[in-house]
Amino acid sequence: MSINLPKDPTPIAKVPSTENKTGGWRTFRPVIHYEKCIRCYICWKFCPDAAIHFAPPEAHESPKEALAKFDTVEINYDFCKGCGICANECPVNAIELVLEENFRGDEE
Amino acid sequence: MKKLTIPEEEYMLPGHTACLGCGATIAMRYVLKALGKNTILSIPACCWAVIPGVYPHRNLEVPLLYTAFEVTGAAISGIREALDALGKEDVNVVGFAGDGGTADIGLQALSAAAERGHNVFYIMYDNEAYMNTGIQRSGSTPMGAWTTTTPGGKKRMYKWEPKKSVAEIMVAHHIPYVATATIAYPEDMISKLKRAKEIKGPKFFQILSPCPTGWRHSPDKTVEVSRLAVQTNIFPLYEVINGKYKISIKPKNPKPVKEYLRLQGRFRHLTEEEIAMIQKNVDENWKALLKKERCSQEEE
Repeated sequence: MSINLPKDPTPIAKVPSTENKTGGWRTFRPVIHYEKCIRCYICWKFCPDAAIHFAPPEAHESPKEALAKFDTVEINYDFCKGCGICANECPVNAIELVLEENFRGDEE
Repeated sequence: MKKLTIPEEEYMLPGHTACLGCGATIAMRYVLKALGKNTILSIPACCWAVIPGVYPHRNLEVPLLYTAFEVTGAAISGIREALDALGKEDVNVVGFAGDGGTADIGLQALSAAAERGHNVFYIMYDNEAYMNTGIQRSGSTPMGAWTTTTPGGKKRMYKWEPKKSVAEIMVAHHIPYVATATIAYPEDMISKLKRAKEIKGPKFFQILSPCPTGWRHSPDKTVEVSRLAVQTNIFPLYEVINGKYKISIKPKNPKPVKEYLRLQGRFRHLTEEEIAMIQKNVDENWKALLKKERCSQEEE
């Protein structure tokens, strides 16, 4: 009896996990209030899902002229699981957690 | 333009299957940020074995080799020696294991790898129980904690034995670099990893990674709990370079350990006397650590 093995019998995972849109797990959606955001990037630093990315400075308003030259941040709602670490760690309370059901109407 | 305190490069993709507010994923993010693309990881059975997702999904931008529970130390030794034989000495080889796979099941392989002196990193992300299989007690579970195998009840069968100090076990192996770190202090963790990168030989890291599921705290408190662990001295941050102790963060006015315990549901049952006992234990350990640091400075 012979077993036909593939040429390379080691299974290699090649599909990036970005295929899994884990945003569907969310109960609370973090919403950034850009008029308060001081662009300190603490939310980016502590995100366990790497779901916060940078955006060009002019993408959002800024509370002070001096801050306007710095990049701003955006949350990728495809992957954010809504743990709320960003809202808890934000030094100026610029991130609010809003129940996901409040957004259902907008999308339809 | 942006002012960042930690590297911007991202080697961990979003879309992984970790729980909300997982501390271990934050630890992995920082470790890869510090070590960079030229890294090979080996992961035994632990939370990180399921976090990258099911086959054929991958979650990291670096090669990752899964191994059995008890052989992380042996696996990284083998990878290192193979790379050295191929002349690829600039690649970082990292074993990334949980506290069960390090303090209990994988201790012999880790001890052997450390003793043989391979040029590898061993990172223990310490979530203080077997979280992946459902919160069973491990050697690294702290005193007084509830787990599913120390469930309490009328006889108060919680874990009353003190936490095993794996970092101290590794210091006793006389390896060139041992450090503790936690996710609330990423700058500290990354600077330690970068310092260790320059050292040839086995390097051991113990990274406290809070687990909202097993520690029974709200997922948004992960970083807060981790910070409190340092501020209450229950998990001091220090490094030991060639046997010389150096404490990284000394809280000026350490907070009472109660603040740390009360945030977590796994300590909800503790009475005032039991908290006082834990406080006494923490104070003694902290004093012993200060003494070790003083002795290291006197030697110089």
